[in-house]
Amino acid sequence: MATFTGKVFVLGDDIDTDIIIPTEYLALKTIDDMRQYGFYPLRPELPSLIKKGDIIVAGNNFGCGSSREQAPEVIKALGVSCVIAKSFARIFYRNSINNGLLLIENSDIQDVVKEGDELTVIPGQEIQHKGASYKIGSLPDNLMDILNDGGLVNAMKKRNGLI
Amino acid sequence: MGMTIAEKIIARAAGVEEAHAGNIYVVELDHLMSNDGTTHLTIDMYNKLKNKKIYDKNKLIWIMDHNVPCDSPKTAASQKKMRDFAKENGITLHEGDGICHEIMIEKYINPKELIFGADSHTCSYGELGAFGTGVGCTDYLYAMVTGKSWVLAPETLRFNLTGELRNGATARDLILTIIGMIGANGANYKAMEFVGPGMKNLTMSDRICICNLCVEAGAKTGLMEVDDIAKAYLREHGREAADGFVSDPDAKFEKVYDIDMGSIVPVVAKPHFVDNISPVEEVKDVEINEAFLGSCNNGRIEDLRLGASIIKGKKVAPGVRFLVSPASRDVYAQALEEGIIDIFMEAGAIVVNSNCSVCWGSCQGVIGEGETLISTGTRNFKGRAGDKNSFVYLGSAATVTASAIAGKITRAE
Repeated sequence: MATFTGKVFVLGDDIDTDIIIPTEYLALKTIDDMRQYGFYPLRPELPSLIKKGDIIVAGNNFGCGSSREQAPEVIKALGVSCVIAKSFARIFYRNSINNGLLLIENSDIQDVVKEGDELTVIPGQEIQHKGASYKIGSLPDNLMDILNDGGLVNAMKKRNGLI
Repeated sequence: MGMTIAEKIIARAAGVEEAHAGNIYVVELDHLMSNDGTTHLTIDMYNKLKNKKIYDKNKLIWIMDHNVPCDSPKTAASQKKMRDFAKENGITLHEGDGICHEIMIEKYINPKELIFGADSHTCSYGELGAFGTGVGCTDYLYAMVTGKSWVLAPETLRFNLTGELRNGATARDLILTIIGMIGANGANYKAMEFVGPGMKNLTMSDRICICNLCVEAGAKTGLMEVDDIAKAYLREHGREAADGFVSDPDAKFEKVYDIDMGSIVPVVAKPHFVDNISPVEEVKDVEINEAFLGSCNNGRIEDLRLGASIIKGKKVAPGVRFLVSPASRDVYAQALEEGIIDIFMEAGAIVVNSNCSVCWGSCQGVIGEGETLISTGTRNFKGRAGDKNSFVYLGSAATVTASAIAGKITRAE
């Protein structure tokens, strides 16, 4: 995965899946229909501000709550290149990889980054912010392959035609 | 090296002698549960596959509970897709029978099993010694087609329970207190295991309530030993009273907590986080617009009996809606037989069918701007029960019912 740069949107702890996409809008037909309601209970203006390649930085337990896969799908459909958080809820974590959304665990960047700042991410190595760099871990190769293929279904199709 | 219950169940499902936390295993799933919240999305993905094949249709159990009965043409279309696909492919489908986890526990789950469910509260099956965990629809699809998936064996947090609940506290107050203590991500990626001499003082309904809410601490699952109380439940529900796993004496636990259940008091989770816990007294003057008694967490016959015992001969406060939704058809039938439904009706409650109702903020009873709900549901996230500027408090069946009578948050006497 290549290096990328994006503008930051800052969110807090415990951003739950009902905030990412409220129940009310799950009945809409497509993810593109739902996209405009991303983060609606907390920051209804976000979908109109986020541009392709932008980055979300959040605190602990990002994606807690329901197993709705529309949550990572909506974030991806908004054009977000990755979510950096102190920690992620486990179902959301699996769902994100399965849908090709990059998640990065880091607990240092939150103290220095402000909304609107630019971050550069070198996947598997570091985040760069105003001349400073912050180390990040890398995903196991098999999970990285799923991400690079755009999600689990695509990866399986490509790999062995199993599904 | 010794194993925990979680590690033993994963070892069994992976067909290996030993499994240990931190390692990834390819496992065969025993049941695959999916409900009308997301099944239509799974079907859409399935229909795009090159080789359309279900690994074993007998593993699949599909349950409509999120929007039952349908509230819009959109949800009707999703459900029709699910109904038609189930029929074409010979998949067991429940419609109108109740909430998915309650049905799984009443009819399907056996000790030592590993279950994936496309719903976060699939962690509810531990009281029968089974490892249930929630997944999204892509993971579900993969398991549906291959029968398998991968799991990271979790670390275990062990809760050693002693004493018994008193002072009006219920199992719901116990698990809410524990979540408040360890935090909304205190058990993230981990299993929560509940054991100890206090277990004999907890009913099956209490145990389901505890396991069901473990995901609100981030847990992968909640687990318990299969004792005589669990075996009696299995027998009563027409299944073999099989043994479960017990953690080895030298199993490794990340942390062990000792909890004296006698110290638990009635609590609420305040908006907008499940770990935002206070004793009921601290919020006792908060006025409410609606009260909800139901959900997979707290809608069983024991909860309805508790509510009915408090509201019998009294009335719901003027201007307050009190929704009651039994967790399953069987629970509803039992409540009818015991005269419990009559008691709620005479008090002015709105008794609805078994479904997820306002707990997930759709279908029934959603609340408007600035309104406050006290609920036995699972979550109180911002906007969870309706308008983004509304407020949800979580409490026990006793607290919810007493609050419905008083029109403000009230501790039951």
